[in-house]
Amino acid sequence: MTLQIDPRFLDAGEAALVVEFGDTVDPVINDRVLALDAALRADPPTGTREFVPTYRSLMIHYDPLGIDRETLVAIVRRMMTGLTEWRGEGTIWTLPCCYDPALAEDLDEAARILGLTRDDAVALHTKATYRVYMCGFTPGQIYLGGVPEQLKISRRATPRPPHPAGAVSIGGGLGTVVPFVMPTGWYVIGQTPERLFAAERQDAFLIQAGDLVRFEPIDLATFRDLAQRAGSGEIVARKRAA
Amino acid sequence: MRADASEASLRILSAGPGATLQDAGRHGYLRFGVTAAGPMDQLAHATANLAVGNPAGATAIEVSVGGLEVTAESGPLCVAVAGGEFSLSLDGRSLPPAVVLNLEAGAVLKIRAGGRGSWCYLAVAGRFIVPKVLGSHATHTRTGFGGVNGRALAAGDRLAIERSASSTSSLSAIAAPWLDRPLDTIRVVLGPQHDYFANDQIAAFLAGPWTVSAKVDRMAYYLDGPRLTHARGYNIVSDGIAMGAIQVPGDGRPIVLMADRQSTGGYPKIANIIGPDLGRLAQARPGAVFRFAAVTIGQAVEARRSEAALLARGIVVEPLTRTELSSEFLLGLNLIDGVVGAEASG
Repeated sequence: MTLQIDPRFLDAGEAALVVEFGDTVDPVINDRVLALDAALRADPPTGTREFVPTYRSLMIHYDPLGIDRETLVAIVRRMMTGLTEWRGEGTIWTLPCCYDPALAEDLDEAARILGLTRDDAVALHTKATYRVYMCGFTPGQIYLGGVPEQLKISRRATPRPPHPAGAVSIGGGLGTVVPFVMPTGWYVIGQTPERLFAAERQDAFLIQAGDLVRFEPIDLATFRDLAQRAGSGEIVARKRAA
Repeated sequence: MRADASEASLRILSAGPGATLQDAGRHGYLRFGVTAAGPMDQLAHATANLAVGNPAGATAIEVSVGGLEVTAESGPLCVAVAGGEFSLSLDGRSLPPAVVLNLEAGAVLKIRAGGRGSWCYLAVAGRFIVPKVLGSHATHTRTGFGGVNGRALAAGDRLAIERSASSTSSLSAIAAPWLDRPLDTIRVVLGPQHDYFANDQIAAFLAGPWTVSAKVDRMAYYLDGPRLTHARGYNIVSDGIAMGAIQVPGDGRPIVLMADRQSTGGYPKIANIIGPDLGRLAQARPGAVFRFAAVTIGQAVEARRSEAALLARGIVVEPLTRTELSSEFLLGLNLIDGVVGAEASG
């Protein structure tokens, strides 16, 4: 089935075109973003530079001296007519995650706000399969949909102090894993020893938009062991094709 | 590391905050959340590189108002400085703000903030022997990679350089009138989320005037001016951010996102500065006042074309005599002949 959809074409300056499929966080809309992204990557029009898929739109960076906007829009429209639903050929990742209070800095607070016990919150978090809607904000950071209803929590009114690299967080009804130390408005409920971004590793980035993610609980000793192995370049997450 | 006759090094004697190695940027990884970094003022960066015969996008040192002091070890090194109007001296002797020269072994080149401008570029004929990260030397200090161990340059750093074959030049001023760009009007293309603002707010945005606030760095320039109000709230579903995006968070104070910006964000972006005006805004210092003007995509592309044509003609230099000359005199020279680095590749 081809996609009978009519995206909005918005300009982010004269060198980036936004193809917008909707204004909500929705797997169907994200599928369309990923379908167009895949089509463009398979056959990048001359003059285009980078394609950046996000929740509900695709940003196409281009050299306006190499391709003009109208030509680019026409090519995208033509590609759209041939698109079929994106079938989610992404990888399924199992990320080890330690929920020990030593690392899960906000787990108790989040559980209290959600009216859950700590164990129930962890069980809910590990039971779900998450969809990677997009990567962004910082290198290798992933944004996850599919958070169970009972774990949907608003973001904080003001950011909390910086968390360690690998923080696994929930907020705004979504999940995220952040490979960098930074302050956040989300709730840190665990930590993965995996490095989603390691510049020196052959696979600098592990996970991309369209992949699926599950979390596997590990204890503190295992976390330390895996963190050491990840630090030396080993990939400690498991993956399989969807 | 090879040691041959063409190898030399540049020693950092002192560095103010924010001196970093930058090439044309780290491209191809935005989809993974990696922004390009690269120069704040691409035109000045290219000018310095072309003046020493490098490709326009070669790696150079970006110097902030914090300044930089360097010396050549096992020189000479052919170097060029261009950008804002910085105050330069070679072994204590004043130089014009845009120069190309041979830095002899032991000679000391000082770069200090001058009359105007926030960034200048020190290019060296040849290439810096520094490991690339994801294909680029561009330094992104917030995430700690690129350049020299992902950090700003510091006193004591020794940068190995493979000199290019034809790397020599007598002391010359670079005639780059295009770097003398007044900050009066910054051109923007409205969108992608200007529909989050009513017409009167778009008008207020364009009327300004805007003042560059004290909060400016490689990531973002915060602006002071009229408070803008949103017609449809200030949270959007996060999407991509291009360099020069002007986002308006809940407090109504616009933020211009620059070279080290985050790759995605959830505030409405009222407009995007056009490529050729990014460097102009980057050079503005806190307190500078300007207005925005909306242009069409066609006009923005025309401005890009003009800028590309400038550099394609090559860089004009005027040899300076080796006598003691005041910088005022040197600045007043009519700089007309001599062409080097006409190659605009890279």
